[in-house]
Amino acid sequence: MIPAAFEYFSPQSVKEAIGLLEKHGDDAKILAGGHSLLPIMKLRLAQPKVIVDIGRISGLSGIKADGQKVAIGALTTHDAIERDAVLKEKCPLLAETAAVIGDMQVRNRGTIGGSAAHADPAADYPAALLALGAEIVAIGPKGTRTIPAGEFFVEMLTTALKPTEIITELRVPVLARGTGAAYQKHPHPASGYAVVGVAAVVTMSGGKCQSAAIGVTGVAGKPYRATAVEKALIGQSLDETTAAKAAAHAAEGVDPQGDLYASGQFRAHLASVYTKRAVLLAASRAK
Amino acid sequence: MAVSKLFGAKIKRREDPRLITGRATYTDDMQISGLAYAEIVRSPHAHARIKRIDVEAARRQPGVVAVFTGKDLQGVINPIPTAWLIPNADLKTPPHPALAVDTVRYVGDGVAVVVAEDRYAARDAAAQVRVDYEILPAVVDQQQAMAAGAPLLHADVPNNQAFKWALGNGEATAAAFKEAARDGVVIAQRFLNQRLIPNAMETRSVVARYNSGSGDLTVWYTTQNPHIARFLMSVVTGLPEHKIRIVAPEVGGGFGSKIPFYADEAIVVFCARKTGRPVKWTEDRRENYLTTIHGRDHITDLEVAARRDGTITALRGKTWANLGAYLSTAGPGIPTILHGLMLTGCYTIPNLDYVVYGVFTNTTPVDAYRGAGRPEATYLIERIVDLVAAKLTLDPADVRRKNFIPPDKFPYTSAEGLAYDSGNYGPALDKALAAVDYRRLREEQKRGPRNGKLLGIGLSTYVEICGLGPSSVVGSTGFQGGLWESAVVRLHPTAKATVFTGTSPHGQGEETTFAQVVADELGLPIDDIEVVHGDTAAVPMGWGTYGSRTTVVGGAAIVLAARRVREKAAKIAAHLLEAAEKDIVFDQGRFYVRGSPDKAKTIQEVTLQAYLAWNLPPGVEPALEASAFYDPTNFTFPFGSHVAVVEVDAETGQVALKRYVAIDDCGRVINPLIVDGQVHGGLVQGIAQALYEGAAYGRDGQLITGTMADYAVPKAHMFPTFETGRTETPSPHNPLGVKGVGETGTIASTPAVVNAVADALRSYGITTHLDMPLTPERAWNAIHGQRREVKAR
Amino acid sequence: MKRAVKVTVNGKAYAHEVEPRLLLVHYIRDMLGLTGTHVGCDTSNCGACTILINGRAVKSCTLLAVQAEGASIQTVEGLATDGKLHPIQEGFWEEHGLQCGFCTPGMMLTAVDLLQRNPDPTEEQIRMGIEGNLCRCTGYQHIVNSIQHAARKMRGAAGRATPR
Repeated sequence: MIPAAFEYFSPQSVKEAIGLLEKHGDDAKILAGGHSLLPIMKLRLAQPKVIVDIGRISGLSGIKADGQKVAIGALTTHDAIERDAVLKEKCPLLAETAAVIGDMQVRNRGTIGGSAAHADPAADYPAALLALGAEIVAIGPKGTRTIPAGEFFVEMLTTALKPTEIITELRVPVLARGTGAAYQKHPHPASGYAVVGVAAVVTMSGGKCQSAAIGVTGVAGKPYRATAVEKALIGQSLDETTAAKAAAHAAEGVDPQGDLYASGQFRAHLASVYTKRAVLLAASRAK
Repeated sequence: MAVSKLFGAKIKRREDPRLITGRATYTDDMQISGLAYAEIVRSPHAHARIKRIDVEAARRQPGVVAVFTGKDLQGVINPIPTAWLIPNADLKTPPHPALAVDTVRYVGDGVAVVVAEDRYAARDAAAQVRVDYEILPAVVDQQQAMAAGAPLLHADVPNNQAFKWALGNGEATAAAFKEAARDGVVIAQRFLNQRLIPNAMETRSVVARYNSGSGDLTVWYTTQNPHIARFLMSVVTGLPEHKIRIVAPEVGGGFGSKIPFYADEAIVVFCARKTGRPVKWTEDRRENYLTTIHGRDHITDLEVAARRDGTITALRGKTWANLGAYLSTAGPGIPTILHGLMLTGCYTIPNLDYVVYGVFTNTTPVDAYRGAGRPEATYLIERIVDLVAAKLTLDPADVRRKNFIPPDKFPYTSAEGLAYDSGNYGPALDKALAAVDYRRLREEQKRGPRNGKLLGIGLSTYVEICGLGPSSVVGSTGFQGGLWESAVVRLHPTAKATVFTGTSPHGQGEETTFAQVVADELGLPIDDIEVVHGDTAAVPMGWGTYGSRTTVVGGAAIVLAARRVREKAAKIAAHLLEAAEKDIVFDQGRFYVRGSPDKAKTIQEVTLQAYLAWNLPPGVEPALEASAFYDPTNFTFPFGSHVAVVEVDAETGQVALKRYVAIDDCGRVINPLIVDGQVHGGLVQGIAQALYEGAAYGRDGQLITGTMADYAVPKAHMFPTFETGRTETPSPHNPLGVKGVGETGTIASTPAVVNAVADALRSYGITTHLDMPLTPERAWNAIHGQRREVKAR
Repeated sequence: MKRAVKVTVNGKAYAHEVEPRLLLVHYIRDMLGLTGTHVGCDTSNCGACTILINGRAVKSCTLLAVQAEGASIQTVEGLATDGKLHPIQEGFWEEHGLQCGFCTPGMMLTAVDLLQRNPDPTEEQIRMGIEGNLCRCTGYQHIVNSIQHAARKMRGAAGRATPR
């Protein structure tokens, strides 16, 4: 319940933070809201020698529409995302996802950047970020780069970020007309993390599915796009039967992870069920 | 009896103001000057030989006061004893050293202790203690532990068998089974009562202070029974009982887990004596999961014999009870006395043949968790009654009615030999079925699944043994103590009262209910009464709070003491009123001569005179105080009927509890608000065993459900609003007519929910047995395994 | 190396030098002596340590004291003002919303935040709103009643305070 000792820095600027990361290399960990990092530090599963607290850097939080994108500062809390009027209008999927993360206290403090960087394979955001085709903007010693969500989540607890990079913002697209989205989740009864979480973005045209993007979390060692489902959905008029048939491919090509609560096989089954539900809900919202 | 004013009233709790303002003092809140902090170094292995412990690096850490190992404690701290030595069971009691010396037997077994200036320094130094272990094979399953070739935990305990306890009449039972096999039905089923973690929200904590000048030891700690703790502390430390003071300050829940005397409190006392510093130790939650006792963990093979009309004639079974690595304080008594004696439940089942094996394994010790043995028994009988009904295609409510002990048979002697004091089971069932609208639900169920959801209705009609208990009886079961209770009612000169109880409530609200009782008995305003508990220096003696005994036994002691005070006051009042004592009437705090109510002496006036002692009747001593030591003549037997209504999502196996009706009979009710609260809390724990909770070990003895992120302590949104009601059948032998209500919810609800889920599946032709917790995967596998497609309606 | 931290707790300003790893809950309990805030788990699940930081419910076991630099903190000790109980405290008392009382401070502070956002929550919204707070005693039903009681009371008070 008590973290090991560390050296603590709270830089006032991104530049200063990157300088610290460069100096301390692998010894350093970035602290944002702390709700991913501190729990594992308290259990001493992580014992970083240096903590770089980016919580006091201004300009890293907030949500603003920017043409066909909405930009969300890395330090924006889940709570702010859940309640943001711009997001609710332009990309409600992210708000819907934020609303089912952890609990109210966790949402008040946890940040989207911190969650993304931690890359817990059962976190909620990744499903939505993948389905939305979000971009993660990171800044490092060599400047800023934009990482597509599809390339960001490398494996369990590992992202495409370099040790000296900091996420500054995430960008999600404004949902087009005729597109609906939904996040459906089976929470673990203890942790609240996703046993299975499925984000579906579905575009309908003339009663048929024109395109679909399905992000799945909780099932495999890392979040993924269920591309076989997406393919199977295209051209279908979506009802219980067609959606179920397509959703049966939800865990295709991945290695579903089992635990005490749900075996890999059952997770794969749940992935299909929640995919079907997310797709149907998204289709019903496509207007 | 005088007309009651407060008995039965919804009085707001008197303990609440300090709790809702953050002014209560729990053990970890204690601050004493010079306080040092202890951190116990624990084994990461389930079974290992300790080759070497190196504490030098830890000693050199900043802020470290001292480091001790098991060798330092040897000869100073005696082994931790068990206090329930069940007879005729060949009970083995291998020694349990407070800190392991040569062998560790479960993950969490203590090997060393660090004392430092603060929590952080203690934790850091503990991480520097180096232990070389030789890892030994471990065993966590109780049946595997008894198998030939299994790793042995204790050298002198063959097959890891701690005891074999038998109950019933084998011959008569065999005959009944023979008959049923011929003309009736016999059903056999294996049931698992999975291991649970009690999860009191406050973890255990100890603050020990030893005065080497006076030889006085004071220990503040999270206990449900300070006097038992004092006695055992004396046994373990060798300090004389009269030099030990145990205080249970505010205690944040126990559910049985704060009954036992743990190694940790002895270790902390040792540290306080050795270092000359007061020492505090507080578990973190992970440590709590590893070292505070667990509950349940039974494997049971049970058979039932019944006639074709549903009359149950016999039960036969074997249970393997996992006791963990060592015998906890009440460990042997829970799966035997408190379990086996309740097997036939509320039914006239004449024949019983039951054997319980207690088994050592490389796991956390198992002891009393809310209900303690009785939920396990209720689960068995209530599940198997449903199986009888299903097999005979009878309504489960009808089978229950057919087998109920009829109301005119009380007091009723059960097949186990207990004398049930009173009961009237039919009306509670009728009331529960009416409340839930049972007929309509059954019709609804017949129409088939709706939206892919299977509807299930589950019953549980239970009886429990509470109000522990008559000392001579518990003594005959090997319990190394009495279970009577003490009370002192002391009126001060201004007629304010202090009431001392030997029970030690920690959330149950007896500071309020006991004050209600005393207010009625003495005609005092409730605000003039203070209830004191949990301090061996203040309270003469007591056995603590558990087993739904506090109000039943402790309350009875209080009412007797209060009546003694009133009798003495009546003598003084008679003298002051110049009347004969027999002519004195007491009503609402006033003494008067029969027929002259206007000329009265109030209890306040009489009390003052008792203390002034200027004009007391001959032979009457000054002051106004009485004590009572109440030993119940029998247990109490609360009962009731619960109904659970569930929907099972055929697509995911997810069980949703839609409604829950609980009709309980706990005898007379002193405070309905508090009784409802007890029922609600019990329900959630029992329902959670059915649906969510379960501790699991890996084969290597690692606890897989090691944190609250893994072990599902249930949350508010997992439950509907409970619909509670009562019938009232007073206990005939208890002075208050109460029966106890602390455990009913837990005892009754687990089988109600499992029966409901089984009923839902059965309604769809699925009869696969399910083990708890009924996770989505288990329910889904049952549905899927029988290849049923659920069609939309 | 120690760091300076300045916070306002229940309206009172404090300044200390602390180890950076000091958890906020330990700062509040051990350094400020405000022991009404409890620790119930290691993993941010139980909510016993919930306090308000700048009006928002957070779990003080999952924050470093240094992260609270400059913040305004409210703990259970600051709920009652001038000896008058906060409506949420009244609710818990009136409706028997607590038994052992250990989870109660965190539960009440979560409820305060919940009612700030939603002054008239449904039962379901209350049950979801307190999902980050575990109670082992009450079965939650009386807690729900307590929060509803407080909500009525606070709406009533707000109604009266609103000028016509």
